[in-house]
Amino acid sequence: MTLPSEQLARPASPKDLFVAFTVLALQGFGGVLAVAQRVLCEQKRWLTKEEFLEVLAVGQVLPGPNICNVALMVGDRFFGWRGAFAALAGMMTVPLIIVLIVSAVYVEYATHPAVAGALKGMGAVSAGLIVGTALKLSSALRVNVMGMGVCLALALTVFVAVALLRWPLAWVLLVLGLVASIYAWKRLRTNNAAQDVGK
Amino acid sequence: MPAPVDLLALFTHFLLLSLLAIGGAITVAPDMHRVLVEQMGLLTDAQFNSSIAIAQASPGPNVLFVAVMGYQGAGLAGAAATLAGIMLPSTTLAFAAARWGHARRHWRGVQAFKAGMAPIVIALMFATGWILSSGTPGWRHVLLTVAATVVVWRTRVHLLFLIGLGAVLGALGWV
Repeated sequence: MTLPSEQLARPASPKDLFVAFTVLALQGFGGVLAVAQRVLCEQKRWLTKEEFLEVLAVGQVLPGPNICNVALMVGDRFFGWRGAFAALAGMMTVPLIIVLIVSAVYVEYATHPAVAGALKGMGAVSAGLIVGTALKLSSALRVNVMGMGVCLALALTVFVAVALLRWPLAWVLLVLGLVASIYAWKRLRTNNAAQDVGK
Repeated sequence: MPAPVDLLALFTHFLLLSLLAIGGAITVAPDMHRVLVEQMGLLTDAQFNSSIAIAQASPGPNVLFVAVMGYQGAGLAGAAATLAGIMLPSTTLAFAAARWGHARRHWRGVQAFKAGMAPIVIALMFATGWILSSGTPGWRHVLLTVAATVVVWRTRVHLLFLIGLGAVLGALGWV
């Protein structure tokens, strides 16, 4: 699955993970996903886009905050449970302190129109960050075993179901995830059989 | 002083919600509202909504809104109870599942799951962007979202710069 052209690096220690995830989390306003993709795949080069999508897929189907699950899995991959703990602690500790401080002072400024306006503007940008990151990651679908056409059809179905029809996410994931995985399984089997014949 | 908050009940309720929160903690927010506002009376409606807004405006994972709810309802102990409750079961499960999957990454079933889920995960990100921006009306708001999308997709401009720009435009009343 990994593209050979991409040279990957790895973190030096669990402490390195802790610092990287702290810095990453502190840049994530209105969601950490976009920053995580940029830092992990482009700046640090610890993961390829394909690998990022894989951990995100696992984080997505499991309960709990996706991005925390991603931190945990990335940390575990490099340094076992110590890495998992370091990455998750990095993601949570300093942001938790900040959010509690903000909560303590928020009440006084909440109704100020400039503050309310700033929050609105940040919300608009963070929606764009997520969509832009999705567009970036979609180039990884070119190597998907299901083929680009099927990937697009699946993606469109999921978008309509979740964004427009507002169906419950758990059902969409269960039904469409199962359909997609079975189709991918068949394609992988066909490909392997073709390779065996070719030998 | 009102009656002391039942921290254990708070903690155990969030333990339960943790395993139901497929797609992130925000998906079980309606049930948090039922318990914290209606059942326990710990938070007002305004406090409940502001908890989510505060976490959105602060850096870090969105799940921290759970800690803000605990804090507004029952101080630091409340924050510890809700956050530990929402995190412990899901992280334990994610840890175990990641190890299971990674050890079997050459299995066809595991590879099929990853390949099948890739376009779905991408579509969910589009859906999140859509839901976030369709909540607020106004063409300037949409324009800002679209501009941010293109810049993130096509350039390496720092994400904090974009967030800061959004905050300034919003504070000036342009959005």
